[in-house]
Amino acid sequence: MPFDIDIALTRGTARIEARFAVPGGLTALFGTSGAGKTSVLGAIAGLITPERGSIRVNDEVLFDHSARIDLKPERRACGYVFQDSRLFPHRTVRDNLLYGWRRAPTQRRWMALEEACEFLGIGHLLARMPRTLSGGEMQRVAIGRALLSGPRFLLMDEPLSSLDEDRRGGIMHVIERIRDELELPILYVSHDHREVDRLADHIVQMGPEGCTVRPGPAQGRKAGPDLTPSDAPLALRARLRSVHPTPTSA
Amino acid sequence: MSTILSALPGLSGEEWQVVALSLKVSTVAIVLDLPLAFALAWLLARGRFPGKVLLDAIVHLPLVLPPVVTGWMLLLGFGSQGPFGKILNDLFGLTLIFRWTGAALAAAIMALPLMVRAIRLSLDGVDRRLENAARTLGAGAWGTFATITLPLALPGVMAAIVLGFARSIGEFGATITFASNIPGETQTLPLAIYTALQIPGSESQVTRLALISVALSLAALVISEVLTRRSGQGKAGHAI
Repeated sequence: MPFDIDIALTRGTARIEARFAVPGGLTALFGTSGAGKTSVLGAIAGLITPERGSIRVNDEVLFDHSARIDLKPERRACGYVFQDSRLFPHRTVRDNLLYGWRRAPTQRRWMALEEACEFLGIGHLLARMPRTLSGGEMQRVAIGRALLSGPRFLLMDEPLSSLDEDRRGGIMHVIERIRDELELPILYVSHDHREVDRLADHIVQMGPEGCTVRPGPAQGRKAGPDLTPSDAPLALRARLRSVHPTPTSA
Repeated sequence: MSTILSALPGLSGEEWQVVALSLKVSTVAIVLDLPLAFALAWLLARGRFPGKVLLDAIVHLPLVLPPVVTGWMLLLGFGSQGPFGKILNDLFGLTLIFRWTGAALAAAIMALPLMVRAIRLSLDGVDRRLENAARTLGAGAWGTFATITLPLALPGVMAAIVLGFARSIGEFGATITFASNIPGETQTLPLAIYTALQIPGSESQVTRLALISVALSLAALVISEVLTRRSGQGKAGHAI
């Protein structure tokens, strides 16, 4: 299972429990604000330490309280796209994009800078500073930065929420391509029905009574003519598979 | 007005000596202070430990104590019979009292709280969420510090250096108490002005020294202001 989560943690006075296992594709973590969706992403990324339980991604144990396993964030190979892009303001777009790439072991780099620029349409922004970018451009660069770090899965925390309606479509299309062409497992936090309807293979509903998993509207979709991957993404996907093989159970 | 104008051209050898000594004392004081101030600022900004409030208060003590009291405490601690003074003398043969090194120590102690405050403010201003982002991108704790935290806090650190330097140049009370007022050894700019004020008919000398003092302080403040403004980028508000 790409995501096999069973954790409990406390944020402030709120007790958050999350327990779900989902196969690949894009899984939407859905729930009211304050349900702890972002905290779950933080725990998977290793930024928050749960009080008990375990976190497995692609059959690798990232955290196991009883076995005292707690991989550091930098060892988890997770691509985290934040709600607020979090580009480094003192570095150019190019240096932002290459920040994780430079730190990834050579054999884990399944994407090159030129490929990320082409995939996201950000080649013309490389020399710019983040503060000169529009919201949509920032989020594209943030996604590129996460992909270039050679991740085996993506965590996305409401990546569309800071964008206006016009820009959302473009970013949503990028996310669909990551899901379909690269087949990178994505855990996607959202409270917006329309996003979830369009994107999710599975929906994890987080609530006070625990998590329920149900199939999402996007499941069973067939790649239409407009979704047929060209050769470039196929090569990319093959490289991704050789770096991070899909577990046999998926 | 005429005294001011006539005072402007050329400084005497004695006056240059005073200025050079002041610059030397202040430079050594800041070099001593910087690592200590950064470590303290880090502890106060990021640390969670019992007694943090007390440490904060102790660091700020020289800012609120009468400087003569700080000087007296330095005499107790670093005088020839003081515990630290003895250790320094026995181990390194270093005497602080009545020496320019003592003036540097006094200046360092007086500048420390200002520097800690400036660095702490700049560390508080660094968006922790950017550090988290760096961690998920594969940077370790030290790598994150070196590539994200330090560069974003750097303008504040520079401002701290300038502020501390200006404070050191102006240091009077603790210096005259601990290191005394010895021409050529511990007589820094403010002490020289004080001495000149005691001598009738030395108004032009006082004016010249005072003008140098004003110029140095003004330059420091302008530089510090520019650096602080530049540090505005990369702070919490801009990350959104």
